[in-house]
Parts: sequence; C-alpha cells; structure tokens
Amino acid sequence: MTQFQTEPSPRVAAAGAPLLEVDDLHVEFQQRSGVVHAVNGISYSLAAGETLAILGESGSGKSVSAQAIMGILDVPPAVVTGAIRFEGRDMLTMSEEDQRQIRGPGISMIFQDALSSLNPVYSVGWQIGEMFRVHQGVSRKDAKAKAIELMDRVRIPAAAKRVDDYPHQFSGGMRQRVMIAMAIALDPRILIADEPTTALDVTVQAQVMDLLKDLQRETGMGLILITHDLGVVNEVADEVAVMYAGRIVERGTVDDVFTDAGHPYTEGLMNSVPQVESKGGRLQPIAGQPPNLAAIPSGCPFHPRCARRRLGAEAAPGQECSVDVPPLRLIAPGREAACHYSEEVLGARAV
Amino acid sequence: MTDQQADLRKDEIEAGTTTGLASPSVDPLSVRQNSLWSDAWAALKRNPLFWIGSVLTVLFTVMAIVPQVFARGQDPRACDLANSRALPSAQHWFGYDVQGCDYLSTVVYGARNSLIIGIFAVVVILVLGVAVGAISGYFGGVTDGILSRIADIFYALPLILGALVLLRVGPETSIPIINSRGPGAVALALALFGWMTAMRLVRSQVIAIKSSDYVAAARAMGAGNTRILVRHILPNAVAPVLVYTTITIGVIIAAEATLTYLGVGLQRPAFSWGLQIEAGQGDVRDAPHLVLFPSIVLTLTVMAFILMGDALRDALDPRQRA
Amino acid sequence: MGRYVARRLLLTIPVMLGASMLIFAMVYALPGDPIRALAGDRPVSPAVVQVLTERFNLNEPLWVQYWEYLKGLFQGDLGTDFRGRPVLDTIERTLPVTIRLTIVAVIFEIVIGLTAGVLAGIRRNSFFDNLVLVSTTVIVAIPILVLAFIAQLLFGLKLGWFPIAGTREGWYGYVLPGLVLASGSLAYVARLTRTSIAENLRADYVRTAKAKGLPPRRIIVQHTLRNSLIPVVTFIGADIGALLGGAIVTETVFNLPGIGREVFDAVRAQEGAVVVGIVTLMVFFFIFCNLVVDVLYAVLDPRIRYD
Repeated sequence: MTQFQTEPSPRVAAAGAPLLEVDDLHVEFQQRSGVVHAVNGISYSLAAGETLAILGESGSGKSVSAQAIMGILDVPPAVVTGAIRFEGRDMLTMSEEDQRQIRGPGISMIFQDALSSLNPVYSVGWQIGEMFRVHQGVSRKDAKAKAIELMDRVRIPAAAKRVDDYPHQFSGGMRQRVMIAMAIALDPRILIADEPTTALDVTVQAQVMDLLKDLQRETGMGLILITHDLGVVNEVADEVAVMYAGRIVERGTVDDVFTDAGHPYTEGLMNSVPQVESKGGRLQPIAGQPPNLAAIPSGCPFHPRCARRRLGAEAAPGQECSVDVPPLRLIAPGREAACHYSEEVLGARAV
Repeated sequence: MTDQQADLRKDEIEAGTTTGLASPSVDPLSVRQNSLWSDAWAALKRNPLFWIGSVLTVLFTVMAIVPQVFARGQDPRACDLANSRALPSAQHWFGYDVQGCDYLSTVVYGARNSLIIGIFAVVVILVLGVAVGAISGYFGGVTDGILSRIADIFYALPLILGALVLLRVGPETSIPIINSRGPGAVALALALFGWMTAMRLVRSQVIAIKSSDYVAAARAMGAGNTRILVRHILPNAVAPVLVYTTITIGVIIAAEATLTYLGVGLQRPAFSWGLQIEAGQGDVRDAPHLVLFPSIVLTLTVMAFILMGDALRDALDPRQRA
Repeated sequence: MGRYVARRLLLTIPVMLGASMLIFAMVYALPGDPIRALAGDRPVSPAVVQVLTERFNLNEPLWVQYWEYLKGLFQGDLGTDFRGRPVLDTIERTLPVTIRLTIVAVIFEIVIGLTAGVLAGIRRNSFFDNLVLVSTTVIVAIPILVLAFIAQLLFGLKLGWFPIAGTREGWYGYVLPGLVLASGSLAYVARLTRTSIAENLRADYVRTAKAKGLPPRRIIVQHTLRNSLIPVVTFIGADIGALLGGAIVTETVFNLPGIGREVFDAVRAQEGAVVVGIVTLMVFFFIFCNLVVDVLYAVLDPRIRYD
C-alpha cells in the first residue's frame, strides 16, 4: 500500500499548534469474508475555533474515521494504525484509561440518530448529568441542576420541567439538542458531529446547525462535521475534506473547493446538485456505485467512475489511473487533491 | 411506544423467535445485500447443531414410518413373562419390559405415535394460528379486540393444565375424536391450548407488514383484501412462524409423553414412551433400563426438533450475525 | 404509570372471567353427560345422581350453573370431592408445598440463569460462552419428566446427595426437585439474557456511552443490564405457566404432597370438582403473575408507560 506524503496546511501553521492531528490513519476490519479497508491513510489537522467538514457518501469511511479518533471502535475486529495526536499526545499509544479520560472532557461526539443513540430507559437529565457525576464526582442534585443549565443553553424550552422526561418524549430536533448538551457538558476542546442533521427536517436542521455554530463561537472549540449534505457544508464549515473509499481525495477551504473543484469526484458531486438554471434539463449523477471496501479498485479508487481517467497508452508514465495511486498533493495555495490530473479539473466548472 | 408495539415485541419474545429491543443502526461493514433465505441457508450449513438436529429428525421420522427396520426383527407383542424385566444383552439391546416383551422394539414402535401426534397437533396449530392471527392483524379494530381476548383467555391456561383437564373429561363427552382416548384426542387437546402463540406471531407480523409501502402499492393497483393477505403479507410472516413450528413439534412430543405418563394421554396397549416410563418407574432400582431407554429416545426426538428450530432461528435473525 | 396499571387491571378481569368460564365449560358444558364428567367411570346410583344434580344445578340453564359456580368461587366454596372433603381444605393443605417448590425453582431460574447469561453475554465467543450455549440448548430439550427421573436416579439413588422423595428434610428436600423444575426455564433465561446482552452491547446508545468516556463497568451495569432485562422479565412471567404444568410432574415423581400431585391424584381418581378447583386456582395465579410482570415491564421500560 503506497504511503501518502502530505504537506501541512499553511492555515494551521499560522494558528499555532493544532488541537488535533490525524496522521496516516488506517482502519481495517477482519471479517469472515475478508478484510475491509475502511480508512486508508488519512491525515488532517484541526485548530481551535475551526470547523472542518468531512464530506463523503456512505461507505466512504468518514464515520469510521471519526469513531477511530474517539477510540470507540471494537478493537478486534478493527485494527487501527497511524497516529492521532490530541494536544500533542498520540492517543493510539495511550492506555485505555488515559484515552477514556479524554473522551468527554477533551473530545466528544454526537451521532446521527438521537433516538437510538440515547438510552431509552433513563431520563435526559440523568444522562446529561452522568457526565458530571462520572467525570467530576458531582452529586446527583448538582448534576441535575447543571443538566438543566445545559438544556437551557441548547435552547430546549421549559428545561426544568423536561429534565426528568425520557428521550422518546422529545421531538427529533429536541433530542439532538439533548445529545449536543451531553456532548458539550464538560467543555470539550473538540466536538465531532457525525451527520447530526441527516435525520431531521430541513427547518430543524438549520436550527441545530445554528446552535452548533453559536456554541462553537462561545467556547472556541474545534468542530469536525461529518456529512454528505453539501448545503450544510457550505453554510457552516471553514475547511472541507472530501473522502472517497477511505481516503481524502480533496482538501481546502469550502469556498475554494465548492466554486472550483480540484478532483473529479468533487466535480461530480458539485455537478449533481440541481441548479435553478438547469431546470428542465437532466440530472447529472455520478455514474456507478461506491466501491466495496473489501475490494477497493487498484490505482485511484475512483477511476472506474471517473470521466477524466487516463488508462494505458493515454496516460503519462507513473500517472495511469488504474495502476498508480495518486498522492494527496498541493495543487494550489492551501489546497490539496489526490488526482494525477487535477490541473485539468481546476477551472473546468463554470459557476 | 404504543401499547400495540409493546404487545408485538412481547409476542416475539414469548414465542422465542427473537430477543427484541435494540437494533444497531446500519452496519457500515455490510457489503452485500443477499436475500434472507440464501443468507439463512449459508448460516445453517455452518451450524453443527443444525446438522445434528436434522439427522436425528430424519432418523426418528424413518423410525416412525418403518419401525420394523429398527426393531431388529423383534415383535413387540411377542411377550413371554419368563423374560420379565431382563436387563439388556447382545440379543436384546434394550432388554425386556415388565410383560417380558422385547424392549427395543417396544420403544422403537413408540416413535410412530409421538410423531403423528406432534405433526398433527402442529398442523392444527398452524391452521388455527395463521387464520386467526391473519384476520385479527389485518382487520384490526373490534375483530382484533375480540380475537385477541379469546387468545388471552386460552393463553391463561398453560398447555399441560388445559390439555390435562380436557383429556380428563374428554372420554365422558360425546364429541368425536376428543372422546376417543387415542392420538387424535391428544393432538387436538394440545393444539387447542397451543395455538395462541402462533396466532400472536402471525398477527404481529401482519400488523407490521400491512402498513408497509408495498402493500399500499398493491392496494393502489386494485388488489383485494384476500389477495393482499395471501400473496403479499403471509409469505413474509413465514420466517418466525417456521421457527416456532419446528420447535413446537418438539414441545408437543414432550407434552404428549407427560400427559400419557399422568394417565390422560394414550392408554394401554398403545405404544407410547410416556406409558413405558410410567410402567417402569416402580422398578427404577433393579431395572433402571425400563425408564432409561424410553427417556433417552424421547429426549433425542424432542432435541432433534428443538435443535433444528434453534438453528433456524439463529440463521434467520439478522441481528444474530456475529 | 397509574393509568397503565389501571388499564392492565381492567383487561385482566375479562380474561380471568373468560378463563374460569373456559374451565367450567370444559367440565360441565361439553356435549355429553356432565354426571359422567364429574364422576368418571364410577358407578353412580340414582340417589347420587340426584344429589349431584342438585348441588351443581345440572338441571338449570348453563348460565345459571356458571353463575352459581362463580358465586361459590368468590365465597371460597370450591365444592367437595366424592368423599365430602371440601376442595378448599385440600388446597390449603397442599398449597404450601407447591409454593415452596416454586420459590426454589424461581430462585434457581433467576440466579443461575441470569448470572450465566450475563457472563456469557459480555464474553461473547469465549469458552464459557460456548459452554453456556451448548449446555442450555441440550437442557431445554430434555422434558422435565425425563430430567426428574434421571435426577432422582443419579443424585438421589446412586450418589445419595439428595432425598429422593418426600419433604421430611425440610428445605433441603426441595433443592433437587426445584432444580429439575427450573431446568428448562433456567436454560432459556440464560440464553435469552446472553443474546439480549450481546445485542445491547452493540446498540447505538452503548456507543454513545463509550463516547461519553464512561468506564466499562458502568457501561455494562447501568447502560446494558437494565435494557437487557426487559425481555427476560417478560419471559419469566410467561414461563410461570410452564412451571405450573411442570410442578405436576415434578411433585409426582418426587412424591411431594403439593397441589400438583393433588391434581394428578384427582385425575387418577376421577374427582372432577377437585381438578376444576385446583386448575382454576392455578390459572388465576398465572394471570396474576402476568399482571405483575406487565407492571414490572413498565417500571423497567419507560416507553411503555407513556403513550
């Protein structure tokens, strides 16, 4: 498996030591039917106050990578290699107990389906308060008071009355706020949000994303937003990393990447979004299916679906799409892409 | 969660066809989408307990059909009191019983009644359970209310208790079959107090499926109630009912032996393991083989069906995949 | 919660009525001669027929018979056997034995079954787990009748560890029959718990609990156990019925003078009224247990309480 060489994003260098540094992370799963390569060498960093969106379809490995950072994957059958440095310390070399101390107070995570992600048999106040009781040894009464405060902070109306209610008694949007409250309870430095709004209505989505942004502004925490929703990325994120088949195939600021893609996959994503002007025309999906992570195509994993691929004689030496894995390289100031022919992609899209 | 959903879940738990509760969100590692049955067969093939169960099932079914093959040429009715209670020997693997009849053939011939009763009872349970469950689940409302209460009432009488009372009074009534003291009576009595769980299972499946999209589509295409029920809903209710049916055959066979032992099931001179155990219990010190052999064969027969049913359940339950 | 309990109670009443009606109908209302049903093969003189007809109102329409029967039930009059002994007395005499037996059985079922299930569930695919899986599969398949004899033979006769019959040894004498009675249920509880725990450990909310940085023991005890118990509690309630049936066999084999054996004797002796009386009592008890389980279920799972 080829290794990528990445150059650190200049943006991070300016802000000082990064909060989180993911370095060549690989995650494999041993299954009866074979090995699934869910994450294949991703690297990125996150600074305080920054919002990084990880964009990809299902099966791109984005959720698995986030869970690997949190350390909540079951270690057999998962095999995690690489480095995950939080405030300079590599979590993968820490003891389980040390890692556990970071989860909650240091890095926390919210998930897509709040109904199944909250324990149905305990009240929301109990579950939020648990953060204080377990990590800080706070008493039950005090924990409950803090839970009410938090519920207020995430804008759940009538918090004092609802603190003893159960998750199923809340609407979808409110439940997601409960999750957010639980996650920010101990003022974490980083919040990972795994598809937080996918299961919600559009209007509720906007409210929840606004809430996340406001909280980030208040606390200065780093936010990693995992999503497949281009609209959400556009609204909320500073930087975006596009994932495909367990790799990052493009990275840059949201403005740069969205207005002018540097990778055919990103290009395809942008083109597939219906525009008002194209009304009456045909939709332009990306041809083909996402790859089976147990059998990732050779060379560039996107090549079977890529309209720009060069095979055989058409390709320059060392840049044959079905043979040579393109490294993630700098294609413009502050932008990287993993394509042999990124230069052709840039500038191709008329906005 | 509504009352209804709670009931559905309870039904599945009580029937032993699922463990209910949490289901994790979509598994990011599931790479292929196979159909339920081909996946199930692949899982079944791997399960050693399935093979043990099916071999035993075949063995005992054949034993029920052609007991002569297993009886080593002995005639269970050719009895000589001189041999009473004799212990096993090379000639007579199971020894002799109290009357002096060859025990191997006696026990072997017992398989026929047990399997007949087991299968007959289960067929009745299926017919009753599927019919009532489907109607109850599909039409809902008052129909469901009444039918479910009726099922609750029958459910309040545990299998052995209900069958015990019915078989006790049966011979004194004028109802055909029930008053016959034969395998038919036992099978019917057991079915009468065993149909409710099948009904609840089918009902919960029907309720779950009838509000699904493809049923709505079928209705939009003009399909009538019967057609929807039979072609669209019932085939999908098959899986848990199949598991339950297989296990129930084993349960019925055990219940018959128990009822016969208690005196209300089959009567002498019929061949039944229950009778044989009952006859042998007095000699348990000197001639334990009298109780032991029918017990072992009974256990193996029951185990055959339960093993198969268990294996089927594990194979069909997507949440069991390790 | 109160409304839920009230609703459940309300539903229980028609079921109790219906069940007693069913038992009544089976003995007195089936086509045929009810005198035969009561007396069996016993030869009955016309004088006895007269007495029976009067006592059980056999000349009245069915609903009157049932009404009188119900009234009697509530007044504690369950009728008498053919020797004139009130059924109620017989029950009072023999019920304590069965209660003790059932308590022992349920304790075994819960303690051993739950513990084995929990340990197997958290150590999936370990040696212990496979041991539990195989042994429970086998035990569930052995009919209680068979198990009773084998236990009696092995542990009573051959090894002499336990008394083989009777209740002279006090509580110790209940250990072997209680274990036998509980065996199938115990095995099933272990299996159910095991699967339930294994499944809950993979649940999304356990993933959240890990992400919250909770210690592993807390995750198992607080977040998994309670959720896992829910189906087990449901099963235990439904299984009481099986225990009642099994008690008949167990008491008979081990010669314990409980109501189970009493039913068996009554069947043998063709004492219709005794059979009806005891079975009705058992059924009411079963229904009551199910009610308790329903309430427990609501305590464990808040989703049930609030619609």
